[in-house]
Amino acid sequence: MLAIDVKDLRKQFNVQKNREGLSGALKDLFKREYNEVTAVKDISFQIPQGEICGYIGENGAGKSTTIKMLTGILVPTSGELKVNGYVPFKDREKFVNGIGVVFGQRSQLWWDIGVIESFQLLRKVYRVSEADFRKRLNELVERLQLGDLLNRPVRKLSLGQRMRCELVASLLHNPSILFLDEPTIGLDIVVKTEIRDFLMQMNREQGTTILLTTHDLQDIEALCSRVIMLDDGRIIYDGGLDDLKNRWSKGREIQFQFAGQTQLAKLRQLTESLDVTWTMENEVTAQMWLPHTVNVSDALSCVVGGVQIRDIKIIETNTDDIVRSIYSSGSASVAKETV
Amino acid sequence: MMSAYLDFIRIRFIMMLAYRVNYYSGIIIYAINIGAYYFLWQAIYGDKEILAGFTLIQMTTYVAVSWMARAFYFNNLDREIANEIRDGSVSVQLIRPYSYLFVKMMQGFGEGLFRMLLFMIPGMIIVCLIFPVTLPTDPTTWLIYLVMLFFSFLINSQINILTGLFAFFVENNEGMMRMKRVMVDLFSGVVVPIAFFPGWLSAIMQWLPFQAITYLPSSVFTGRTPSSEVLHVFGIQVLWFIGLLIPIWLIWRAARRRLFVQGG
Repeated sequence: MLAIDVKDLRKQFNVQKNREGLSGALKDLFKREYNEVTAVKDISFQIPQGEICGYIGENGAGKSTTIKMLTGILVPTSGELKVNGYVPFKDREKFVNGIGVVFGQRSQLWWDIGVIESFQLLRKVYRVSEADFRKRLNELVERLQLGDLLNRPVRKLSLGQRMRCELVASLLHNPSILFLDEPTIGLDIVVKTEIRDFLMQMNREQGTTILLTTHDLQDIEALCSRVIMLDDGRIIYDGGLDDLKNRWSKGREIQFQFAGQTQLAKLRQLTESLDVTWTMENEVTAQMWLPHTVNVSDALSCVVGGVQIRDIKIIETNTDDIVRSIYSSGSASVAKETV
Repeated sequence: MMSAYLDFIRIRFIMMLAYRVNYYSGIIIYAINIGAYYFLWQAIYGDKEILAGFTLIQMTTYVAVSWMARAFYFNNLDREIANEIRDGSVSVQLIRPYSYLFVKMMQGFGEGLFRMLLFMIPGMIIVCLIFPVTLPTDPTTWLIYLVMLFFSFLINSQINILTGLFAFFVENNEGMMRMKRVMVDLFSGVVVPIAFFPGWLSAIMQWLPFQAITYLPSSVFTGRTPSSEVLHVFGIQVLWFIGLLIPIWLIWRAARRRLFVQGG
């Protein structure tokens, strides 16, 4: 069964245009002009139950707008949308019972009251029975080590502590889909790892579907079997993370350190038969760049026979580099041509 | 679910209690206001017995009761809603399985209960000791007044909610909120009873909801409204309460469609 089914989803906003200067302000007073901005442009995707899917893109690409439509906060301009069997904005109050949402930049706990009081209030809001609530809370508190935080007011928690409490708050009613909007923003590496482990475990044991947006690609690498990449309101990639790497990374780089002085010409001559490029850093260090079509062992064997090598380092392009190059190339079509 | 809504009343009450010191000064300000109006009306009456159907004692009581009622029904729901819309935290409210506006109403009621217990009742006792205020002795009048006071709260909160929701449509509704506050104080009859308005204006007031906030309940309480008309007056309040639900529902529906959550 599909947890999320999105077809030709579109969202347009009217953004007020502020005209310049005093005369502009006066004109604005009587006749407002609006710019129509399309934040999400006819996207379609499907997420089966139990999948962890990463939703990435530059700032302003339309990620949060999509999440807000999926969670029933925003009403789409057009398109079809079904989450957990509901049309989110139509049956909002019924629909939100089955989902959990965490906004990394926004607290859903009540600022002035104790954490446990917030949880109690949420228990009543979601109509969770006292017994279920106790059981669930104990599990979560133990797993995320919240024991001594429960009686503190939310405003006195550190960001890492608050984030863990936010997670618990979003899971008390045992939702089958969890939406995370930049859940690890501003957290230190220990808390990040802890949260990733926790999400992983929950997905494995309870089959919770998770859709997360993030700018931290390590979140994606640690959690997601699938990524959807968005640019300017359109999906430019939808598939596995490994695929993404293979498709977009153009090759590898091998760094050599030689025992003695080496000429560029000599190196080129050694690898004549292969489609590689050399750059000299200094007299004893050089880099060889080889596309995916060239085998690393072939390339190495050519070089090893000809010169004395002290050290070799193979550098894979990492996801950050790949994603950066996709973002800066702007659109999928441009990038695809270079593959 | 109802227990969750009741909890919102309780939590707001506790939160207000935590900041109670802010309110001690409020009692003094209200007492000064009532005193100022008392001396003003005394000067206006001079040696006249009755003005616009009010005796001086009735007028003093009217002023005291109206100000104390204001302490109960007054709240900042308009500002709270506008702020939540502007900073985008309204989106957190929408992912919960409850009605946002109903929760707001409950929070306002928690605030009202707090003001009533810690502000209105002690304030009223002080005022009764200082100024010649005569309160009714008939328990049914008290009972009717309490019900009408509750409807004052409902109608005033509805107007606040409507004003607050305009933040969805305009970038800044600060001016609108200020205008609303002045209009409610003036037209509801806290400052001047509507009976004193010029004929054309009081005729207009008949068709606006503001009189239902202060003027009608205070008139009943001070005995100016004959007991045969009490039901009729209460009916006006109920009608306004129901009538105001319609624009709130329409605006909320329109707002959901054009909601533009700030901060992407």
